[in-house]
Amino acid sequence: MKKVYINGVGSISTQRTFDNKAFLEEVIVYEDNVITVVDPNYKDYIPPAAARRMAKGIKMGMVASKIALADSGLENVDAVITGTGLGCTIDSEKFLGKLIDNKEEYLTPTSFIQSTHNTVAGQIALGLGCKGYNFTYVHASISFESALLDALSQLQNDEENNILIGGIDESGEQTIKIHKLIHHVKKEAVKSTELLNSGTEGAIFSEGANFFVLSNKKQQNSYAEIIATETFNTLSKENLPLAITSFLKENKMDIADIDTLILGNNGDISYDPYYHILSEGSFKNTQQLYYKHLCGEFFTATSFGFWLASKLLKTQTVPEVVKLNDLNNNGIGTVLLYNQYRGENHSFTLFQKC
Amino acid sequence: MGNIKLELKEKIIEQLNLEDMTVDEIADKDPLFGEGLGLDSIDALELIVMLDKDYGIKLADPKEGKKIFESIETMAAYITEHGKK
Repeated sequence: MKKVYINGVGSISTQRTFDNKAFLEEVIVYEDNVITVVDPNYKDYIPPAAARRMAKGIKMGMVASKIALADSGLENVDAVITGTGLGCTIDSEKFLGKLIDNKEEYLTPTSFIQSTHNTVAGQIALGLGCKGYNFTYVHASISFESALLDALSQLQNDEENNILIGGIDESGEQTIKIHKLIHHVKKEAVKSTELLNSGTEGAIFSEGANFFVLSNKKQQNSYAEIIATETFNTLSKENLPLAITSFLKENKMDIADIDTLILGNNGDISYDPYYHILSEGSFKNTQQLYYKHLCGEFFTATSFGFWLASKLLKTQTVPEVVKLNDLNNNGIGTVLLYNQYRGENHSFTLFQKC
Repeated sequence: MGNIKLELKEKIIEQLNLEDMTVDEIADKDPLFGEGLGLDSIDALELIVMLDKDYGIKLADPKEGKKIFESIETMAAYITEHGKK
């Protein structure tokens, strides 16, 4: 099996991450219960004629993918694989809104065409002229990991050499309203620096697009090697430590081999205990980081965690703002990323310095 | 008819998301498709629905559309003659 490397990254998030030269030197602190991305100047990347039908999520995905591709030094890829929890919700809402407002008459095609889940991957491929494998996974909060699993499998087996993968989710007004109604969004505004002390249910909802060029050829500017990823739809708190040790064992490692653990704590009092089991238990002597106070919660938020792991391993620096405990390493060799959302869709991803 | 032309320009900019364009930049005789505004077949469908919804005009023959949507001037003339709203 071939090794797989991260050769380019591109991130549009609630921080100014679209600038690849920076690494969280300046952090934006929010105090709200729904936050939106810091927009790059989309016109610098997408011609106005092409952009006029694109909702925010499509623009975010297009730009993040262009940044990742430029970062990798490649001009095209063999395949495009994306993950999205909810797809193009803004266009879906627009289409359904018109359906109701116009009493099922006078429906125009634009928002319907753009509302499909595969719109972002399709637009990227059209822009690149990439006629290869094009796929979008819509698997709730493991959508990004599903795209990653697919890419890993194809690259390890040498079916493709360079694959663009990404996680995208945009905030639609109605979608946020529904998530507020079912209390998945916190009722109150929370300062991002106080997220883990909020003591309330729900999360700070957000949006973002994080793209990566994965390759089975190492480059001088490679960020990291991806060792493995594994997902679980259901996993109890009691079985979580065992599942992690089994995952590590399958990859010929144990807990002591992990230099840095990145956790997906989102300040939800009901589900953060999953993370506490690890941070206070088997990983209590491991450096621990978190990131959802920076990027908020969305179905593909782990793609931001993936971005964080990539940057950590390449730069060998840990921004103060992501530290969950005070432990430090003499260099970072191995990183484990763990995430779950509302107690479901658990994922482990293992990275190594290259 | 002058009012209809201005109204049409505003509607086209808004409904077709021509964000960077103002009404002053669209001349009455500019071709809407091809070299002029550069509209395409999806825009044509948007315009057909707009005629129906806003002016009560149903285009039964698609070939008719080619002449009607030639420019703002031809659209305005057709609406003035056939509009029901």
